[in-house]
Amino acid sequence: MAAAALAMGLLALALTLLALGYAPGPAFGALWRGAFGSWYALGSATLVRAVPLIILGFGFALALRGGALNIGMEGQFLAGAIAATWVGLRVGELPPVAAVPAVWLAALTAGALWVAIPVLLRLRFGVLEVITTLLLNFVAEALVSYMVQGPLREAKGIYPQSDMIAESARLPLLPGSRLHLGFAVALLLAALGQVFFSRTIWGFRLKAVGAGPRAAWITGRIASGRLLALALLASGAIAGLGGAVEIGGVTRALFQNLSPGYGFSAIAVALLGRGQPLGIVVTGILFGALEAGAGAMQREAGIPAVAVSVVQATIILVVLVADAAVRRRESRTPVVAAEAV
Amino acid sequence: MTPAALELRGIVKRFGSVHALRGADFILAPGEVHALLGENGAGKSTLMHIAYGLLEADAGELLLDGSPVRIGSPREARRRGIGMVHQHFTSIGRLSVEENLRLRTMQDDAGRCRTMRLGEGLDPRAMVETLSVAEKQRLEILMALAAEARVLLLDEPTAVLAPSEVEELLGSVRAFAVAGGAVVLITHKLHEALAGADRVTVLRRGETVYSGPIAGATRETLAEAMLGAGPPPAAVSSSGLRIPASPSQRPLILAKGLEVLPLEGRGPGVAGASLEVHGGEIVGLAAVGGNGHRELLLALAGLLRAVAGRLEVARPLALVPEDRSSEGLIPALSLAENVVLEFGGRAPWVRGIWLDWRLAQGFTAELLREHAVDAAGPDAPAATLSGGNQQKLVLGRALARKPRVLLAENPTRGLDIRASAVVAERLRAVAAGGAAVLLYSSDLDEVLALADRVLVMHGGRVREAPPGAGREVVGRLMLGEEGRPAG
Repeated sequence: MAAAALAMGLLALALTLLALGYAPGPAFGALWRGAFGSWYALGSATLVRAVPLIILGFGFALALRGGALNIGMEGQFLAGAIAATWVGLRVGELPPVAAVPAVWLAALTAGALWVAIPVLLRLRFGVLEVITTLLLNFVAEALVSYMVQGPLREAKGIYPQSDMIAESARLPLLPGSRLHLGFAVALLLAALGQVFFSRTIWGFRLKAVGAGPRAAWITGRIASGRLLALALLASGAIAGLGGAVEIGGVTRALFQNLSPGYGFSAIAVALLGRGQPLGIVVTGILFGALEAGAGAMQREAGIPAVAVSVVQATIILVVLVADAAVRRRESRTPVVAAEAV
Repeated sequence: MTPAALELRGIVKRFGSVHALRGADFILAPGEVHALLGENGAGKSTLMHIAYGLLEADAGELLLDGSPVRIGSPREARRRGIGMVHQHFTSIGRLSVEENLRLRTMQDDAGRCRTMRLGEGLDPRAMVETLSVAEKQRLEILMALAAEARVLLLDEPTAVLAPSEVEELLGSVRAFAVAGGAVVLITHKLHEALAGADRVTVLRRGETVYSGPIAGATRETLAEAMLGAGPPPAAVSSSGLRIPASPSQRPLILAKGLEVLPLEGRGPGVAGASLEVHGGEIVGLAAVGGNGHRELLLALAGLLRAVAGRLEVARPLALVPEDRSSEGLIPALSLAENVVLEFGGRAPWVRGIWLDWRLAQGFTAELLREHAVDAAGPDAPAATLSGGNQQKLVLGRALARKPRVLLAENPTRGLDIRASAVVAERLRAVAAGGAAVLLYSSDLDEVLALADRVLVMHGGRVREAPPGAGREVVGRLMLGEEGRPAG
């Protein structure tokens, strides 16, 4: 079904281009070359862009498995980035083996803290985390603005950005490309996540809580609230780690508009990957490819890169409609009647 | 000859591969109370859902007052004067009785608001949440009448009522019929049909196998029509070869002065209950809904905390909850996953944090075989099982834990007579093996038949019914009335 969604997305793009007077052929050619046309394209463009999508996508899937919608990953990502920058500027004395984990630890904590308030509100007052996490995104953006114009501002004081983080805190790159250690982190996280989901008792309990909280309580004797809270905190921490990885591997400094909406694209990545970590790796790379290709499309064919959003939007729509159609078919019989037979 | 108020001819209805109705017929005359009888799964509710527009028949005709009609939705049904009262109430708890009635008339008759004659002792200002189950049901009926129904379809209305409330209901139903309306009483209980109806139609496996006036019907003819020819299964009420095990010395369930806060703040909760159940006993619990039996069972199961009193319950403990599809099973998950859910951390397939799914699936497959659960396999989603098979799985799963204490809430709900008999057998077997069984059932006959002793719960308190007490006495205790003095 994912293949069908992708096909429809590409078709939608072709139609859009035609409608706007562009030739789809050269556009798609550029798209392909930008994403997969060379080892460099694959490594430095596609995979680099896939890393935050995979990490955040997994974070979303983790919370979703327990029945929570973490729409605040954008903010948690930024919180992690802030913490990573702050620590990254101060660990110059340490060897990389200590500096990098220190940065990550700070980012994990910051991400978890950023989702802690929504978690508390949900546990105590039943406030939907969809709202609270979303609103905190704006606060995080404002905080980044403040940081780069104030406490974290570069020594030169010219631009609203931080200094580059210490050498030892930067993630090593694959020689000859811009692919950084973060890609390995993303893959490892996905692999661990897959094992957690499918083979551990806690991964199962989380699934039970998300699929049937009442039965999870009555039959499974699972403390649903507590488990869900843990899942959300982990989700936030992982998003924070995504921020640290982006700082450590790509930008090496903090500035505004650090994230081109990773927190939201990752939701699409997670949904398209059916909430399965390995599937998320595939869809994360796919979306990364689209972004990488979009850049090439703009450079070579003169088509605005944002046009590729048509593909992403169509994919999301197709997945949602297909899901809804399946659910509608399964529940054609009203509940009342189903009980009678 | 006056045309039938409602007539269904040759109705066929399939759900996927399941043939719920195979050409069923039903004729309802105006002014009569008509019992629609049949086992669980015979198709009674399905047939009436078609009349009410909730479902569309695959074949057959529907006639109203003699003319063929197509009813596409419940709204249309109500507009044509057909009202239905389901087992799940449709009233809105947070609104008052008055508001619910006004809402219903506005729904069906835009702009027309009539003052309803609210006899029957219902306080129009009372919030529906605070009403008893019987009162809520009365409101459902009033709402149907408010929409000017001339035909009332009642789906298992007595399932939730105490014996005296059943009498009141049958009285109201009779009054409606006398005034010219027509009533269909869907039920699987023979004695209700015989007590309250003028005519009876029996459905079996989706076909009409008997139809005639009550006067000409006997228990035997109706039972045979419902079950078909063949040796009658051991009825739930026969004690058979059971030799009650001598009760264990120490009680396996012990509660003294137990107090539990009510769920969702409604009702008395448990307000100082004391009880004992020994190994080898089946103790029945009779109660009208809303008197705390849920809180009691959940507290005994360790799922709700007591705020006062003493509670000791032996382990392992298994609970068969009332609502299998939202409490006992997770419909979206597979059968194996649902089995794993019950067992939790102490299971043969759990080692540390690791789950051996192959082991769990093998175990589940064996469980399905042993309990004759009709399912595609351990990987099938629980939602694909019929209600009866789901119930078999829930019970089988609980028994597979070899519990020393078994708490069962309506364990035969949705099961036909044969399956119910099997459940009864298994409960007796578990008790014979030394377990303590506490059985709650809203079917008083079932409680009386299976239990060694009967406890009655009312207003959050528990009293033991005198030995040998029958429906009358227990029914009165359920409503909080003192039993009549002996004699």
